[in-house]
Amino acid sequence: MTQPSIITDEMRAVIGQESDPQAVEVDRSAVRMFARAVGHGDPVYYDVEEARRRGYRDLPCPPAFLGTPVFLPSQPPRAVYTGFKSPFKRVLNGGTEVEYFDEDICAGDVLTSTTKIADLGERQGSLGPMLIIRFETTYRNQQGKVVAILRGTGIQY
Amino acid sequence: MAGQVYFEDINEGDEIPKLVKNCSSQQLVMWAAGSGDFYQIHYDKDFAQSTGLKGTIVHGALKHAFLGQMLHDWVGEKGRVKKFGCQYRGMDYPNQDIACRGVVTAKRREGGENLVELEIWAENPEGQKTSPGTAVVALPSRK
Repeated sequence: MTQPSIITDEMRAVIGQESDPQAVEVDRSAVRMFARAVGHGDPVYYDVEEARRRGYRDLPCPPAFLGTPVFLPSQPPRAVYTGFKSPFKRVLNGGTEVEYFDEDICAGDVLTSTTKIADLGERQGSLGPMLIIRFETTYRNQQGKVVAILRGTGIQY
Repeated sequence: MAGQVYFEDINEGDEIPKLVKNCSSQQLVMWAAGSGDFYQIHYDKDFAQSTGLKGTIVHGALKHAFLGQMLHDWVGEKGRVKKFGCQYRGMDYPNQDIACRGVVTAKRREGGENLVELEIWAENPEGQKTSPGTAVVALPSRK
């Protein structure tokens, strides 16, 4: 017997819908804090002179760092926002992939990000049915060039 | 850091230098601030246990960033990390080694770049791949 799908028409309708653009500031303090938290030893993430010597405009963004979205108390945190009512309460982070393009991202950049649900899937897990949400966030720089795409997998169960 | 690695010097099957991390609770607090992920299962033991975990766990995204650090350190000043990702299959805990490792799976020239594909992963002290994934980096050429 086939299980009824947990993906409703309401859920399916949001696939591919781009969010409103959000400003993402890349600043020196955040680059240094991120690099320190990871434990990077390379001075390029801390010392602007070293970064310039190596051809960067300013401190480059460390792998996986894409700046800090501007926090607005009136908006829900993006990570949990799906645009549909989910029957599940528990959430797991299933995975992350980041892709960078030709332009380096450096401190001082103000990126613009838009997020969409690229795909929805479902799986029968040991804890019951699971909804698999594939997010895709595109980051553009001040010149409008795509500088990074972040792909994430959220699991709700 | 080791000297610059070049495209010509590496081959399919090569293992890249591993990076062993071991998170203190302090590091997880720093990551919470650095990443903006303040979910309490990563620094509040009582809270973590109330959700059924045996204790605090390392953020998945931090393991992703560790893999990024391994790649950054390997590609050197003239290399670039182009793409890398991993799945969060198993939990890792503070005060336990997390070994980040990678093996070259392919090499190709594309659009004037020397690209190297890798299988990457983080593994726990039992040798289980808790965060397997893939990566693409660009390396400089000797030519």
